[in-house]
Amino acid sequence: MKKKHWYDYLWIWEIIYFTLGFFNILFAWLGMIEFLLPLLIAIIGGNKAFCNNFCGRSQLFTKIGADCKCSRNRPTPKFFYSKAFRYGFLMFFMTMFANMVFQTYLVAAGAGTLRETIKLFWTFRVPWGWAYTAGTVSDWVAQFSFGLYSMMLTATLIGFIVMVLFKPRTWCTFCPMGSMTQGICKLKAR
Amino acid sequence: MGKKRWAVPDEKICVSCGACRKACPREAISIWKGCYAVVDGEKCVGCGICVKTCPAGCIEIKEEET
Repeated sequence: MKKKHWYDYLWIWEIIYFTLGFFNILFAWLGMIEFLLPLLIAIIGGNKAFCNNFCGRSQLFTKIGADCKCSRNRPTPKFFYSKAFRYGFLMFFMTMFANMVFQTYLVAAGAGTLRETIKLFWTFRVPWGWAYTAGTVSDWVAQFSFGLYSMMLTATLIGFIVMVLFKPRTWCTFCPMGSMTQGICKLKAR
Repeated sequence: MGKKRWAVPDEKICVSCGACRKACPREAISIWKGCYAVVDGEKCVGCGICVKTCPAGCIEIKEEET
């Protein structure tokens, strides 16, 4: 048997993150760790230690998909791991991220109003007002929380769908963070 | 005379997610500088667990007479 490490339990962190955000949206800011840490590891260390060891999302997919047998375990269609789709999806994701930051800016500048909703799949607005009491923090801080939580939840839901349909970790083949960190590592290794 | 079986990942397709590395019971796989998976031919016994795990389906089992 292989030795278990502390970081093999980070899938629990993923559950805690979404639970915290369900009750208080401001915890969504913790998601920035999952955004910045992989980039820092790739830029400074030149490796994918985050994907390989610390990614709670991928561990959750392995837990549910492989250990709980909730995955059909069929080969991932070639399309999903083609360079065009991977980088296309990365660009799409970054555009949506920039858009989210822009919405936050609008609220900060007073040109937009805070919307206490979660936007799933960049389309469907879900009321999420119970997770925030207006006036607790500056409106833009709350707006960013709702935006980041929407992104995190959407990514995880897409991941779950492809986990059920294909392999447990099919999401990893086109995960924007994965594509980005691998790109950085490839540039560094040249 | 036996046959040696070992896993060979396709570095052009590999997304370096590390799923194979985690699944490998012999710890024969490493991710080379975050770019792609590399199999240690000495340790690999060609069991094929990584082939089943790889989400990008980029690992093949090769066979050779010894």
